[in-house]
Amino acid sequence: MHVPDGFIDLPVSIGAAVIAAGAVAVSLRGARRELDERSAPLAGLVAVFVFAAQLMNFPVAGGTSGHLLGAVLAAVLVGPWTGALCVTVVLLVQGLVFADGGITAIGVNVTDMAVIGLAAGYLVFLALRAVLPSTRAGVVVAAAGGAFASVPAAAGGFVACYALGGTSSVPVGTVFAAMVSVHLLIGIGEALITAFTISSVIAVRPDLVHGAAGLRRPETLAVRPGGTAGTGPVTPEVPDDLRDPAGAPPTQDLAAGSRSAPWSAEESR
Amino acid sequence: MAGTSHVHRLLLPGESPVHRLPAHVKLPATLAFVVLVVLTPREQYWAFAAHAALLGVVVAVARLPPATLLRRMVVEVPFLAFAALMPFLSTGDRTEVLGLSLSVDGLHSAWNVVAKATLGVAASVLLAATTDVRDLLVGLERLRMPSLLVQILGFMIRYGDVVTGEMHRMRVARESRGFVARDVRQLPVVARSAGALFVRTYERGERVHLAMLSRGYTGRMPGHDATSTSPAHLLTASALPLAAGLVTVLALLTS
Repeated sequence: MHVPDGFIDLPVSIGAAVIAAGAVAVSLRGARRELDERSAPLAGLVAVFVFAAQLMNFPVAGGTSGHLLGAVLAAVLVGPWTGALCVTVVLLVQGLVFADGGITAIGVNVTDMAVIGLAAGYLVFLALRAVLPSTRAGVVVAAAGGAFASVPAAAGGFVACYALGGTSSVPVGTVFAAMVSVHLLIGIGEALITAFTISSVIAVRPDLVHGAAGLRRPETLAVRPGGTAGTGPVTPEVPDDLRDPAGAPPTQDLAAGSRSAPWSAEESR
Repeated sequence: MAGTSHVHRLLLPGESPVHRLPAHVKLPATLAFVVLVVLTPREQYWAFAAHAALLGVVVAVARLPPATLLRRMVVEVPFLAFAALMPFLSTGDRTEVLGLSLSVDGLHSAWNVVAKATLGVAASVLLAATTDVRDLLVGLERLRMPSLLVQILGFMIRYGDVVTGEMHRMRVARESRGFVARDVRQLPVVARSAGALFVRTYERGERVHLAMLSRGYTGRMPGHDATSTSPAHLLTASALPLAAGLVTVLALLTS
């Protein structure tokens, strides 16, 4: 789905490149807030992950296979700004090094996938997060919805570029119908793979899922009433209030855990 | 590590003038060439042959094996299949070719896209075959690409093989346990591998970052010894876009 050279005329390609450059500039500022200013290595490795995830083909229907766009997956995992940078970098490498997508069309590709696709998908994710209950399942379902929306949105962005500067005479309506219907199907695959991926990351390292940040409270250790430190038997049960994310705070905090707490209430079950 | 990365394997090392050009002049030259190709009117068939001949001259000067380059151009094949549909979908005057009713304009469009996309892919393949990826990064930095973006690119290229290797090992592990991805029902398994891959990749990123901090990293990579741009470099690099510009101008004038 990468646009090659010569498919979109030069003025629209340049316009798209300007939009893409502006979006990258805004994302660079936003990413400084999401990641520490110095963590280029992290963003780079997330970009590798997006690149690798795009290499994972999944069967769609009738022997054809699709691959992940990964924009919403990246945005939910590391935040929208860093996610946009990662997808942009992946598209740059594909265009400059692997000849996948034209050099003059890099702006069009970045605008479609890293800007329009990601923004539309992430907005749907945020809207669903606001509506759905604030649980892990809610985050997973919202990510699936966002991922589903991102694929036809990116296709729609391509159709808009084509309508403005397409070099062929295939009617815009035909292109729109073909692109959006095919990408609705691909969107289902994108939604499923994003949901399963997010749910498996959330199960082991919920602290790594940016889109689930609101779910986590700092880990707390609680002393049950009546227990005496050092002499009483160690109670193996986890208090109910630790199991329930929405429950009342524990009776007494011994220590507020950090992001890298060696164990969490969830894992001790 | 240069010999091990699959990104670096794209480089076909050599000592030709094309190889020796610094990336920050080679990159704009490639871009200018592709822009000129895109500007060429589609009916001027001879002009596309001339552009292709110019790339042929570059291949000869760089002493690259043409067969290898042609094999690398298969990236384009899915797109060619799409272009083949255009004559059927376009509107306008129709013509009979081998008993099929095809749109004349659609045939022109398909030719236009195939010719320009093929020349674009050929130019990118040439760039990748003659430029070390690290030089490309230095070149992008000298072309004023934001440093953070260049660093992200650098890490992506440096660790690309490590992560795809990890992914490959996970696939081998799945398949040696009898897993076959037949249809959508196997999706959860593949996606769970993707989740595990993300956690491993992110944790590797954390370790790399800490290791770099302990070696005094302050948010910028240490300066590369920049090769100075000599007038000779500029002259060599501008040969291709100048010749292509001549072809495009002639094609525009005679159309």
